[in-house]
Amino acid sequence: MFGESVRQLMAINALLALSIYLTLACGQLSLANAAFMGIGAYLGAVLTLNAGWPFWAVIVAAVIVPMLVAVLVGLPSLRLRGVFLAIATLGLGEVLRVVIVNLRATGGAEGISSIPVKTHDWHLALALAVALYLTWRLRGSRMGYAFEAIREDETVARTMGINTTRYKLIAFVLSAALAGLAGVLKAHLFRAITPGDYGFVQAVDILTFAVVGGSASFLGPALGAVLLTALPELLRSNVLRDVVNFEAGWQTLFLNGVILLLVILFLPNGLVSLFTRQWRRPTPLASEPATVEAT
Amino acid sequence: MTLLRVEGLTRRFGGVVAVDDVSFTVGAGEIVGLIGPNGAGKTTVINLLTGLLRPSSGQIEFNGARLDSLTPHRIARAGVARTYQNIRLFRGLSALDNVIVGTHLRTRASFAARLAFAPAVRREEAEARETARALLARVNLGQREAARATSLPYGEQRRLEIARALAAQPELLLLDEPAAGMNPAEMDVLIALIRSLRDEGQTILLIEHNMQVVMGVCDRIVVLNFGRKIAEGTPAEISRDKDVITAYLGEEE
Repeated sequence: MFGESVRQLMAINALLALSIYLTLACGQLSLANAAFMGIGAYLGAVLTLNAGWPFWAVIVAAVIVPMLVAVLVGLPSLRLRGVFLAIATLGLGEVLRVVIVNLRATGGAEGISSIPVKTHDWHLALALAVALYLTWRLRGSRMGYAFEAIREDETVARTMGINTTRYKLIAFVLSAALAGLAGVLKAHLFRAITPGDYGFVQAVDILTFAVVGGSASFLGPALGAVLLTALPELLRSNVLRDVVNFEAGWQTLFLNGVILLLVILFLPNGLVSLFTRQWRRPTPLASEPATVEAT
Repeated sequence: MTLLRVEGLTRRFGGVVAVDDVSFTVGAGEIVGLIGPNGAGKTTVINLLTGLLRPSSGQIEFNGARLDSLTPHRIARAGVARTYQNIRLFRGLSALDNVIVGTHLRTRASFAARLAFAPAVRREEAEARETARALLARVNLGQREAARATSLPYGEQRRLEIARALAAQPELLLLDEPAAGMNPAEMDVLIALIRSLRDEGQTILLIEHNMQVVMGVCDRIVVLNFGRKIAEGTPAEISRDKDVITAYLGEEE
């Protein structure tokens, strides 16, 4: 029902959503995904155009370099909690933008165009499969439990023997890997990149996927990414245009905002919470004396 | 055999000396009570023992090794587990999952091995789950496995925290006011639980206000007041101690 480019964009956005899921699963509100995506995209474009590397080697580099940057950035910044980490990681994106604008190899403010199209559907399918597998296997693993403990209460996690610094860094680095992968695949799909593509707007878009979809399960962010990518197309399609008379443009942004607001108000755990089981309140145990509930 | 030796432990917060030159020992298999009026510095001692605070001076020795400069997760790895005065369960997790997190120190499986579906990983996860189930049964929460931790009644949350701490199989268990806010029926269940732990040889340092609990389970009691140790002895000795009575009931006119 969707055009080819929309389906491809869905896969890339789903990768980005899984990237932010990894850090959210570990309780870290990092907004560095867009920056890591930018590193992957620019590095990939330069290696393809200037160095003539084969595409598989370009992809490997565009995954590994963001991971290395994540280690360097993560060690000091993951000490920050909550919104402070968000601000610091947004700062990373800004630093990256300034660097890209001022480097000759990256084409300055105009960016790089005419990158050859090298990403095929099977690349996207494989990348998405790997990312889904990774996040699916996380749940219920020793590391997954450690992530959940850190998300719930970092101090308690530490006194239970969980090396919180190590696990937060792992989450951050894996997240950077997926973002870099998404960046390089997108650059070799849509052919042109500019420094502005990886700034605040992209960072918030990625977060929105996770918020709308819900970050309790890895399926949530992926679902959010697919839906929010499809939305503008649905509104543009002939069927709907006759009904609601929407055009692409500000109306799409407006509707995105409305959806985000409705989800936050009425489904604080995201769309995915519509499908997951609700918690049952326990029934009192018959074998024990009735207990008074206190807080 | 001495398991824990605290020597001249001091912690200042600005001008306030919350813990002042406190020394005591806990022998293997002992249940030692740490009591004192509100603000006596009991929880600060526990936070120092678990590395959440650094001592201003003094030493903490555990199994012959110094703990006082280690990070909390290394102290936990050395064999110290704790509960919290204000219950700190993982709110979004089920009772069973809370305890499974507690097995972290007793499991090893790498994520890479799990990605490869290694049979050893599956075995270890099944074992951790069994251990957690057994511990829930142990604290009379066998039928609560699937319940969200924070939906449990208060007394059950306290026992769940103990089960979570026990999952690490600690050599030393620190209980920070486990009876706080409990009704008499819940307290009886708690006392029975602590006694059964003692029978298995679990070493416990018990911080508690409630004298019924303290007198009922402790081998030895250390009394703090305004950060200083004012008495130490058996429950019988402590209940006769003049300084202790003064600290709790005030000076006679």
